[in-house]
Amino acid sequence: MTKEDWPLYEVFIRAKAGLSHRHAGSVHAPDDEMALNHARDVYTRRNEGISIWVVKSSEITASDPQNDEAFFEPAKSKIYRHPTFYKIPDDVENI
Amino acid sequence: MNTEDALLKYVLRLGDNALILAQRLVELVAHGPELEEELANANFALDYIGQARMFYAYAGELEGKGRKEDDFAYLRDENEFCNFLLLEQANGHFGDVTVRSVLFEAFYLPQLDALTNCSDAGLAEIAARAIKEIRYHQRHNNFWLVRLGDGTEESHRRVQESVQALWRFTGELFAADEVDDIMRDEFDGPNPEKIRASWESDIAAVLAEAGLKRPDDQAMDDGGRGGQHSDDFGNLIAEMQTMQRQHPGLNW
Repeated sequence: MTKEDWPLYEVFIRAKAGLSHRHAGSVHAPDDEMALNHARDVYTRRNEGISIWVVKSSEITASDPQNDEAFFEPAKSKIYRHPTFYKIPDDVENI
Repeated sequence: MNTEDALLKYVLRLGDNALILAQRLVELVAHGPELEEELANANFALDYIGQARMFYAYAGELEGKGRKEDDFAYLRDENEFCNFLLLEQANGHFGDVTVRSVLFEAFYLPQLDALTNCSDAGLAEIAARAIKEIRYHQRHNNFWLVRLGDGTEESHRRVQESVQALWRFTGELFAADEVDDIMRDEFDGPNPEKIRASWESDIAAVLAEAGLKRPDDQAMDDGGRGGQHSDDFGNLIAEMQTMQRQHPGLNW
C-alpha cells in the first residue's frame, strides 16, 4: 500500500470543554479508525486537546472561490445584522 | 532471597524491558514508513524511555547506594540487563515491529494493571502512570496487526511469518521465578498464571480478527532475565551506551 492509496482526512481538535472543535490540520490514513490514531499522534502530543474529530477531506463540500461575490459580498453591506447597536452590560464577558 | 532484594530485581526488570524496547524503537526514528507512523513510533519510544526512567529512579531509591537512572541504563554491562529476549529482537520490517509490540503489550498491560493494586505504593504509582500509555500503544499496534493480517496477500503472508518467528520468545514472559513468586505473595503483585490466561485470550482474539494462525506450541527460548542475551544484544548496548562510556559523567 503506498501513500497515494491513503485518503486525506481533516482533523478537528477540541482544546478544552466548552470550546468547539477547530480545524488543526490533516493526516493521511488507510481508514477512519487509523485516521483517529494518526490525528492523536500528530496533533495532540503536546496536550492540545480533549476530543478529536476526523473526516475524509473528500466528504467535505466547500464553497467555490468563483462564487465569492454571490456568496459573501451581499453580507458586507448589512451592518445591521451585527448586534453592535446594543449596550452590553459591563459585567458580561462573552456574548 | 529477601523481599527487598526481590522488589529491587523486579523493578529493574521492568526498567530493562522498557529501556531495551525503547532503544529498538529509537533505531527506527527517521525511518518511519509514513509521517504519521513516524510520529507514532517516536511517541511510543519516548513513552518507554519515560517509563524506564521512572523504574530506574525508583530502583536507585530502593537500592540506596546512590545509583541513578543513568547508572542503570548506561553503566551496566550487557549480562546485567534482565529484559525479555523478545524485546531485544532486531526490528526487521514494519510487521515484525508490530508483532513484537503486540506480543509484549498483551503481557505488559495486565502486568501493570496488577501492579497498580500491589502493596508497594511507589511501584503502584509508576504502574498507574504507565498503563495509560500502554493502553494506547496496544490499541494502535493491534489495529495494525489486524490491518496487515487482513490486508493484502503479501501483508498477510509477511506478518504471519513475523508471528511465527517471534513466537518462540513468548514462553519467557511466563517463566516465573522466585522474584515473581515473592511479588505475588508478599506484595500482592501480578499472578503470572492469571497474566498468562489474559495474554492467551487477548492474543487469540487479535490473531483471529487479523485472520492469522496461532503458531503451534514449541520449544521456547529464554535466558534474557538471567542476563543471557542474543548475539546482537552487545551491539544494541554498545550503541546505547557509547556516549556515557566515552565521556563518563556526561551531562545534557
